[in-house]
Amino acid sequence: MKWWHFALTICLLVSVISPLASSSPDGLEKVAENHGFLGLAQSAPFEVIADYVFPGIENEAAATILAGLLGTLLIFGAVYGIGWLVKSRRSENARQ
Amino acid sequence: MHIPDGFLNVATLATTYAVSAGGIGYAVKEANKKLKEKHVPLMGVMAAFIFAAQMLNFPIVGGTSGHLIGAAMAAILLGPWASVLIMSCVLIAQCLIFQDGGLLALGANIFNMGIVASFSGYFLYRLSTSVFGDNKKGRLIGGFIGAWASVLLASIVCAIELAVSGASPWTVTLPAMAGIHALIGIGEGLITGVALSVVLVTRADLWQLQKI
Repeated sequence: MKWWHFALTICLLVSVISPLASSSPDGLEKVAENHGFLGLAQSAPFEVIADYVFPGIENEAAATILAGLLGTLLIFGAVYGIGWLVKSRRSENARQ
Repeated sequence: MHIPDGFLNVATLATTYAVSAGGIGYAVKEANKKLKEKHVPLMGVMAAFIFAAQMLNFPIVGGTSGHLIGAAMAAILLGPWASVLIMSCVLIAQCLIFQDGGLLALGANIFNMGIVASFSGYFLYRLSTSVFGDNKKGRLIGGFIGAWASVLLASIVCAIELAVSGASPWTVTLPAMAGIHALIGIGEGLITGVALSVVLVTRADLWQLQKI
């Protein structure tokens, strides 16, 4: 088991506890609410997994956990892939 | 601090999109020069951790919550340009898949939480380690200061964007955003400190990776 397998497991565990998150508005939302410009906000023209709730699952905690697990794995895969693509090939070129 | 669509005017949206696109382009160029195979899993794990931790809003005073940004932590471990890449990927996914942060405001969100937070966190960390020493204590103090300042500075830039766009005058948004995010920044500093000390205890060698 490589060190990052363990680290990725920790990330997945963090997303499992995501239903415990505070549902209060965040700093920007609160400022917008207090100073009367929250109404300017427009919702997205399309929804995929809007507000980290996986659609079609009745239990909201389960829907949030699923969204979190999917997102965490997806982001890991995407950034790992991008890192692999943009990484320096200089050392390999030097060997040739 | 994800800005939804509707808060910013066209000029601000266009400017921040242009600056962020340029920043990502430069980050890719830098990564292409310096990123080694050893960096790749750490970048992936860092992005996954930032995404997961950003879902965990923690309560602060007065019915308000905050969550980690993570840019300072990524910039301290991997360098500011690598952090710009990581934050951009996280913010793009949050916007496109989870409808967190507006599509039109994506450039502004990448600028604030990607570019401003990464560089302010990184330089304050570097400044702190030169004052307190580049040892365990200095790194943790620097991590806390860098993380706290990254949130505060990102919120100030966000407030300026809101004011320039005419959403709310700067005399209102600047103190309100800075005040609330000075508190959220304490959470950022604590989470960053814990995460960095876990790295120091388990994989101190990761600190020796070349910064990008």
